[in-house]
Amino acid sequence: MPGDRVEDLLRTLAPQVLGVVARRFRDFDAAEDAVQEALLAAARHWPSDGLPDNPRGWLIQAAVHRLTDHFRSEQARRRREETLAHEPPPADVPNTDDTLVLLFLCCHPALTPASAIALTLRAVGGLTTAEIAGAFLVPEATMAQRISRAKARIKASDVPFRLPEAGEREARLQSVRHVLYLVFNEGYTSSAGASLHRTELSGEAIRLTRLLHETLPDDGEVTGLLALMLLTDARRPARTGPSGELVPLAEQDRAKWNRAQIREGVALVTKALKRGDAGEYRLQAAIAAAHGIAPRVEDTDWTQILRTYRLLERMTDNPVVSLNRAIATAMVHGPAAGLELLATLELGGHRLDAARAHLLELAGDTAAAIRHYDAAAARTANTPEQRYLMTRAARLRASSRIDLRGS
Amino acid sequence: MAKYMLLMSYSGDTACDLPMGEWPPEDIRAHIDFQHALDAELRDKGELVDAQGLAGPEVAKTVVSDGRTSPVVTDGPYPEGKELLAGYWVVDVESEERALEIAAKASAAPGPGGVPIRQPIEVRQVMSAPA
Repeated sequence: MPGDRVEDLLRTLAPQVLGVVARRFRDFDAAEDAVQEALLAAARHWPSDGLPDNPRGWLIQAAVHRLTDHFRSEQARRRREETLAHEPPPADVPNTDDTLVLLFLCCHPALTPASAIALTLRAVGGLTTAEIAGAFLVPEATMAQRISRAKARIKASDVPFRLPEAGEREARLQSVRHVLYLVFNEGYTSSAGASLHRTELSGEAIRLTRLLHETLPDDGEVTGLLALMLLTDARRPARTGPSGELVPLAEQDRAKWNRAQIREGVALVTKALKRGDAGEYRLQAAIAAAHGIAPRVEDTDWTQILRTYRLLERMTDNPVVSLNRAIATAMVHGPAAGLELLATLELGGHRLDAARAHLLELAGDTAAAIRHYDAAAARTANTPEQRYLMTRAARLRASSRIDLRGS
Repeated sequence: MAKYMLLMSYSGDTACDLPMGEWPPEDIRAHIDFQHALDAELRDKGELVDAQGLAGPEVAKTVVSDGRTSPVVTDGPYPEGKELLAGYWVVDVESEERALEIAAKASAAPGPGGVPIRQPIEVRQVMSAPA
């Protein structure tokens, strides 16, 4: 069996195996280490030796073996080991809730977002520490430390290995969605090419959200999140040019968009919106769908998009939403109306200048547009974005023969 | 998460103008222990990407090339009263506030008599997604 097929299988089995082992031994921390070791052993042997008859059982056995060794070597745990020695090995009872329990645990609000992301990718995603470290461009030791701190935190907070109580559930689910969305963005906002590993993070976020959606098909926001990821990711092939430069939505070659993903995303969000009382992810997905179904940029239903941003703005105090609403306003009512709204916003970083530059360019105020493109380029911390902004300014300078710096 | 580079310079702008070689040995020791403890803290928190001290300006070289003729290699720099890079940390942290907190700690490294040197630390965000 080829190595990548084995890897896919291992990643699918990882949360199931961890669920069985953690539930049985009531020690998430040690179980997670043992399962990780079992996965590494399988990844080493299966591609050459072939699959065992029961891969899942093999992994459970291997993890239990390591866990027993671990307990045996810890004197403090002697009593526990004795108890375990007299119990039969854990039955391989599939528990459909295990993935969900694990997601709730790894995305616990007591963890910092960075720790929750790392732990989720390892315990639920079945990625190795080295792979996660590679994706985040930090040394493996640093990522290992982040994961063990996260586990120590969970242990200290005494979070039980079961589904949260009904009253707590929605708030906890919100953390799960948020962490998955962060993983997706971590992969999406980086460019292709040199950061190949990071784009894989988006794929992993989609896979995990799909898993969550299968477990909770009636949760409108989970459905919305999955739709949002699919619709956003569908544009990836058109989003960067041959040398990794950013191509803005309006200039993208829509023939390169992933149609199958757009169809799936649109179907999901349409269904989820029918349920009423739409939340943030559903609304964001609706906006992404409006872009996705427009055959040409001039076919975009900006009126619909503006209406959705208004709803979204009522739900969140995120200034980026207001900024996007200003851009949608400009597309419906003209750049002056958009600029007027931007003037009321306060937002650090480069986004405000970039939006202003864009609308000023639309309004034909070249000199001011150049000034704001320059300001945005100086403030962004993203290389492809900086190149895009600089090129935009350079293009305007060339066409208008204005050189503000030279004057 | 965002990565920041904290740059530490030799600089006239500190509370201590005595070169380290002229400090009492126990103060040198305390300073080095402090740096180790800081690195250990960053490692323990899962924030450390890299930390290095640079060899002194005495062995530094500067290279200039036009890509055609042979490059010009000069000794130095030996700036006078100007800042010169002494070492750096690269940290991966939740927020800019945390990067500033680490910089403040590094700036207060103990000098002679245990008095904080107040070395200026430049905090620069690392651009993401190198293409």
